[in-house]
Amino acid sequence: MKPTEPTNLSRRAALKWLAGTAAAGAAAPAIAAPNETEPTPGASAVRSPLYDPDYAKPVFPWDKQLSPDELKIIGVLADIILPKDDNGPAASEVGVPEFINEWCSAPYGDNRDDCEVVRGGLGWLNTESFRRHEKRFDELGNAERIAIVDDICDPAKAKPEHKVGAAFFARFRQLCLGGYYTHSSTWKHLGYVGNVTIGGPYPGVPQAIIEKLGLQDVV
Amino acid sequence: MPILTERKTQPQYDAIVVGSGAGGGMAALILALNGMKVLMIEAGRNYDPTTETPMFNTPEMAPLRGDRTPDRFFGYYDATVNGGWTVPGEPYTNKPGTEGDFWWWRARMLGGRTNHWGRISLRFGPRDFKCASTDGLGVDWPMTYDDMHPWYDRVEKLIGVYGENDGIENAPNSSPGVLLPPPKPRVGELLAKKAGKKVGVPIVAAHRAVLSQALDGPRLAKELFPNNSKAQQIMATDMSLRAPCFWATNCIRGCSIRANFQSTTVLIPPALTTGNLDVITDAMVREVMVGKDGKATGVHYIDKPTRSDRVAKARVVIIAGGTCETARILMNSQGKDKGGLGNQSGQLGKNLMDSVGANLSAHIPAMEDLPPYNEDGAGGLHTYSPWWLVREHGKLGFPRGYHIEMGGGRSMPGVGSFGILDKTSPGTYGSKLKEEARRYYGASFGFSGRGEMVPNKDCYCELDPKVVDQWGIPVLRFHWKWADYEIKQAEHMQNTFAELLEQMGGKPKPQSGKDAIKKPGEIIHEVGAARMGDKATNSITNQYCQTWEVKNLFLMDGAVLPSNPDKNPTLTILALAWRSCEWMMEEMKQGNI
Repeated sequence: MKPTEPTNLSRRAALKWLAGTAAAGAAAPAIAAPNETEPTPGASAVRSPLYDPDYAKPVFPWDKQLSPDELKIIGVLADIILPKDDNGPAASEVGVPEFINEWCSAPYGDNRDDCEVVRGGLGWLNTESFRRHEKRFDELGNAERIAIVDDICDPAKAKPEHKVGAAFFARFRQLCLGGYYTHSSTWKHLGYVGNVTIGGPYPGVPQAIIEKLGLQDVV
Repeated sequence: MPILTERKTQPQYDAIVVGSGAGGGMAALILALNGMKVLMIEAGRNYDPTTETPMFNTPEMAPLRGDRTPDRFFGYYDATVNGGWTVPGEPYTNKPGTEGDFWWWRARMLGGRTNHWGRISLRFGPRDFKCASTDGLGVDWPMTYDDMHPWYDRVEKLIGVYGENDGIENAPNSSPGVLLPPPKPRVGELLAKKAGKKVGVPIVAAHRAVLSQALDGPRLAKELFPNNSKAQQIMATDMSLRAPCFWATNCIRGCSIRANFQSTTVLIPPALTTGNLDVITDAMVREVMVGKDGKATGVHYIDKPTRSDRVAKARVVIIAGGTCETARILMNSQGKDKGGLGNQSGQLGKNLMDSVGANLSAHIPAMEDLPPYNEDGAGGLHTYSPWWLVREHGKLGFPRGYHIEMGGGRSMPGVGSFGILDKTSPGTYGSKLKEEARRYYGASFGFSGRGEMVPNKDCYCELDPKVVDQWGIPVLRFHWKWADYEIKQAEHMQNTFAELLEQMGGKPKPQSGKDAIKKPGEIIHEVGAARMGDKATNSITNQYCQTWEVKNLFLMDGAVLPSNPDKNPTLTILALAWRSCEWMMEEMKQGNI
């Protein structure tokens, strides 16, 4: 996330990425870093969707990398992690698979690292499913899926042969949570009730909470 | 609002103002209200907060759910366009041997960085103006707090600042009736306040440039602009039109209802209403032009859309491009010294300072699973701690203080909001995971220190001899090394925050000062590259921001600050600009300029 390394891409890779996305309407991204001593790029007349976004018409300036098969497995696993229940919709209903695809396809260093973990993990999951049942993960029955998930859901308790799956699951679970709760339709279930206007003075902390926490003397 | 269509300039102005942020916006407003013909030149594009502010947009409407990226470091909705710590085509470099690469935040847009800042508005105190007399380090300011007090009052009335008078040493009170009432604290802030009482850290209402209630435009305009009926009329209307905060959305997105302060909503619109201000955007100033008589005649700039060179002329030139950009313009201008215009003292580019920054946060079990209530509030902090150990420096081992900013609780969820579940809820998935997310969401709280750095000889900027930007203008090269003072201060911050968090029930893990201290430039409070002083041999300008070398050249941004007290600089930049403009107009009347 260091701003001095805007993309963690080599200059050549960055230019290649630029060329590849130019047709999709992308303009100059962050390739002129501090410490840059090569000749700097010319001004671009095109509005950059990254540096100067149009909030009314956001541009998603990179191609999605994950395959339909990968997305299918992501959907199945994401819904196991965050299913539809009384506390809100399923992960797939609020675009978590699309979010993970976008996340893993972004050209930044952190996202590329995550992409390796996710892709490798999905591959591991399929191999493990095949080894156990000669089927892909998304083709398994629910009990069979859960058996594998239980083996990898806790990194501290996972057996040595499941460590790769466990590392993937931990990161994947975080991405699911991030994608899920950044969708406004989940907020009420979570307990976020903001992003609405209030007239008059800010009302502050409800009295019941003040009493529960013993904060009367500092109100 | 500033919708600018013409790209023509008049042959001659009374004043040119370079930059449209806090200093430039204030200068343009005050001069235009007093009948001067002003040209404002902004390097970035035109920007209209009334139509371009995504106040209520939700994360699912944004790439990566609005998460921060190296391109948009404060998230997708940050009101910084065409900017950040990197700007395509506008590089800067670090000198070999520097210990920490300097990060230079720029916003290439009308209003500059005032569009996205934290709105924390703290007055410098009496000791801050006499720092060298107090502890022998750095230099004193060429004026006292008493000289500045009325100008702080004026600025606070004009822009609207919420807060309270707490009578704390070196954290001055405003005059009665100046401050707006602060919003009530959030639950985490109350827990912090309770912890502060036990630990001995005062936690009081923050001072922020946000309207907690509507302004009484007619009354304030009369007080602010006596004997100027046109100014009274324009400002009475404009100030009354600003809406009070409706306690939603993060201030960093900007504010289309004009409740918080940004140059583009508070300063530039009434300045345009006077009819005395022309604004050209996408115009990158290369240098100040100086005539044979040694006076500034105007500026040479690049018209960016056409990539052509232009000149604009005026009786006085005010540079307010942002600390480092202002220094760079002077370095690229021809002066009596080879190091640039106004540099006979040799101080140009030196004394560069940023705030010392360090953070620490922890999970607070008492905040788990509380009944939901709306914690958005004023889009920034409601409480803070002014520096409370003013008289303890003999024991502390570092000479200057810091204030504490704080936050936590149930703000709008972000992609990274659930990291804590890795620790609290390993192995959990399914409906149970949703329950855990609800339990732990908003149950963390953190503190950030913002401390004063002492200027030192290792922190400076200069022109890079080899590199130019896309306009062919030589770029800045930085050199930086924190002194032990700053490292020790950061360590003290860590220990204080840990004490507070423990008292709140958390289990914090404080770092060493060396590991905790933020990058130079990361706090975005860089000041001091063209400091003011009491004589021409030790400074670039006098106390009215007038360069010693060129009588009709003024610098009205953070560049002139001789020290960088822990208090965020924007309020002081605004007050200095207003004060300096009034003095400058009087000098012009007297025929001295």
